[in-house]
Amino acid sequence: MMKSRKKSIWVFGDYRNYYQNRVTLQLLSKAVDLASVIDAEVCALVVGHEIEEWIMEYTAHGADRILAIDHPSLESYSTEHYLALVEKLARERNPDILLIGATDFGREFAPRLAKRLGTGLSADCVGLDMTPEGLLVQVAPSFGGNMLAEIVTEEHRPQMATVRPGTFKEIPHNAERTAVVERLPLPEDLPVPRVRVIEYERAAERDHTIENATVIVCGGRGMGNKNNFKKLDDLAALLGGDVGATRPVVYAGWAGHDALVGQAGKHIKPKILFSFGISGAIQHTAGLGEADFIVAINKNPQATMMKMADVAVTADAADLLNHLIRELKKRIRD
Amino acid sequence: MLKIAVCVKQVPMVTELPWDEKTGTLRRDLAAGMMNPACKHALEAALQIKEEMGADVTVLTMGPPAAEEVLREALALGADRGVLVCDKMLAGSDTYATSAVLAAAISRQVAEVDLILCGAYTSDSETAQVGPQLAEELNLPAAAYAEHLDISGRTLKVRRLVDKFRETLEMEFPALVTISMERYKPRYAPFAGLEAAFCRGQLTVVDAADLGLSPSLLREKGSRTKVRRVFIRKAQKENVKITGAAAGAVSEFLDRYQRKIGAVIGKSIELKKRANDPAGTDE
Ligand SMILES: Cc1cc2nc3c(=O)[nH]c(=O)nc-3n(C[C@H](O)[C@H](O)[C@H](O)COP(=O)(O)OP(=O)(O)OC[C@H]3O[C@@H](n4cnc5c(N)ncnc54)[C@H](O)[C@@H]3O)c2cc1C
Ligand SMILES: Nc1ncnc2c1ncn2[C@@H]1O[C@H](COP(=O)(O)O)[C@@H](O)[C@H]1O
Repeated sequence: MMKSRKKSIWVFGDYRNYYQNRVTLQLLSKAVDLASVIDAEVCALVVGHEIEEWIMEYTAHGADRILAIDHPSLESYSTEHYLALVEKLARERNPDILLIGATDFGREFAPRLAKRLGTGLSADCVGLDMTPEGLLVQVAPSFGGNMLAEIVTEEHRPQMATVRPGTFKEIPHNAERTAVVERLPLPEDLPVPRVRVIEYERAAERDHTIENATVIVCGGRGMGNKNNFKKLDDLAALLGGDVGATRPVVYAGWAGHDALVGQAGKHIKPKILFSFGISGAIQHTAGLGEADFIVAINKNPQATMMKMADVAVTADAADLLNHLIRELKKRIRD
Repeated sequence: MLKIAVCVKQVPMVTELPWDEKTGTLRRDLAAGMMNPACKHALEAALQIKEEMGADVTVLTMGPPAAEEVLREALALGADRGVLVCDKMLAGSDTYATSAVLAAAISRQVAEVDLILCGAYTSDSETAQVGPQLAEELNLPAAAYAEHLDISGRTLKVRRLVDKFRETLEMEFPALVTISMERYKPRYAPFAGLEAAFCRGQLTVVDAADLGLSPSLLREKGSRTKVRRVFIRKAQKENVKITGAAAGAVSEFLDRYQRKIGAVIGKSIELKKRANDPAGTDE
């Protein structure tokens, strides 16, 4: 049955690292919400090779329509190749909104696509809303998440946003759902990519950097000395996390520059952050905007870090660390 | 000789965040500035290439008059020339407009550029969009988040880690790359060099007219997005306070949050209890 032509919200199907990163499913769920405001259809793009699994997943998670292109040449994520394809599709069908997960791929792909389509894009959004008029309100962080901006693209379409993984909750898998699946051929007139993929392999797991760690144990000058500071490694290891540091600590050589957190270093987004002996200078906290749950340990209960914490423990940092490690060793079970 | 253009941006130090309530944009004129950290890495990559095989390095920035400082810093570190694009009509540009302006500046000011380097992202706007959009403007092959560059003849090899995949990409010059903060640790400016850079006159200041920018790139017309409102995120922290001797504090903390921590690390840290005991007191 042909439906009358209506607005559509597209979600780019980014399924690489699907089992760790379910941002596409999260976007589908949000798209269903947004679509109800403007009576739109939710359409998932699935571009790649051997993609049946994803077609089924996206159907079960809220898509009304799937645009699928399956071809061996799409096997590895080639930004240029994918760009040419999606640009063509978008020009043919004029989606109203196009949402893309803020994965590394998404954050390279989306700006180029927006430029080609002559439209606006907001980056790494942490919120989306729809006005009754159909304007997508995009909430994007800046300054390490200390500030948020509401951004709109008033005149150009599609309205585009990349969205930070974990921002929205996926709809539970429903195998009963159905979608219109359009299987499209690979267009013949695509330009040959100028960027050649020479090597492409899954990195060893240990490659997760501090930016992606779910638990981070940060230490500051209040750890007292290098020996004490090194014990933060033990806590991090127990919790499967990484160690971060403040600038004085990096300068003192207790930690490498890689561990620096803040304005001049890394922006982190752990689920749990331990902050040992850190005063909470703005240059440091600028990197903490996305930490979910903060536990601060400081001998001074008035320190800024203690005020912005979920749990503020007034104690000697090294002493508390030793006790915490000892107690956790007793308690941890798989 | 290889011609490299490096785009650098002056970002405010976050000690102060003055913004214009009316327009919802940052009052950059009021904030003290520094070179964006990722841009320093991009500059470092250019300087290392220059040391290895010789290159002519031009740094470009679009910003207020004070942004000249980051160009001076780059000159002190070893860049050959600086270009400041400065025009009130360009204030408040989004990435769409910024990339168009930078494209015009590079086309006009750096003849026959081989390699354009950008930082991966800025610490203030954090979009990571200007580099990729600049590549589109100039229709260049490009790669984001590069960790390592290898040049042989006219071929550029880029190594990078994206979404847990190790990739090696290859492309021909001219090309654009955005540099991640993993490698290319920035050098520090020698003080004497800084002073010298302030005396050297390799700095060009251009405005929209000099670049022949079309009116459609100026003021709000150049931007596709509009900032409706800027606000500071309210911390909705519970701020539970724990005091007392370390051993007791640790027990109190773990008893209260054992479920939460256990869920995050995927292991149980609940003390073994008798069957009829209530489990932890997690909220
Ligand atoms: C341009 C610029 C950029 C910067 N960028 C960064 C950046 O990216 N990252 C960064 O971290 N810093 C940065 N800084 C430095 C920043 O301003 C602070 O100086 C730094 O964060 C302070 O580190 P700290 O908290 O470890 O040390 P301090 O400020 O000295 O704080 C130590 C804390 O430990 C507590 N303490 C002391 N002894 C004990 C004890 N025995 N037990 C428990 N607590 C104890 C004290 O009460 C105090 O709160 C930057 C500065 C500038 C100017
Ligand atoms: N105003 C600007 N002038 C020069 N380069 C810029 C400017 N804005 C952004 N860039 C470049 O684009 C990169 C990414 O910036 P952003 O997209 O703002 O996160 C920066 O690291 C710079 O290399």
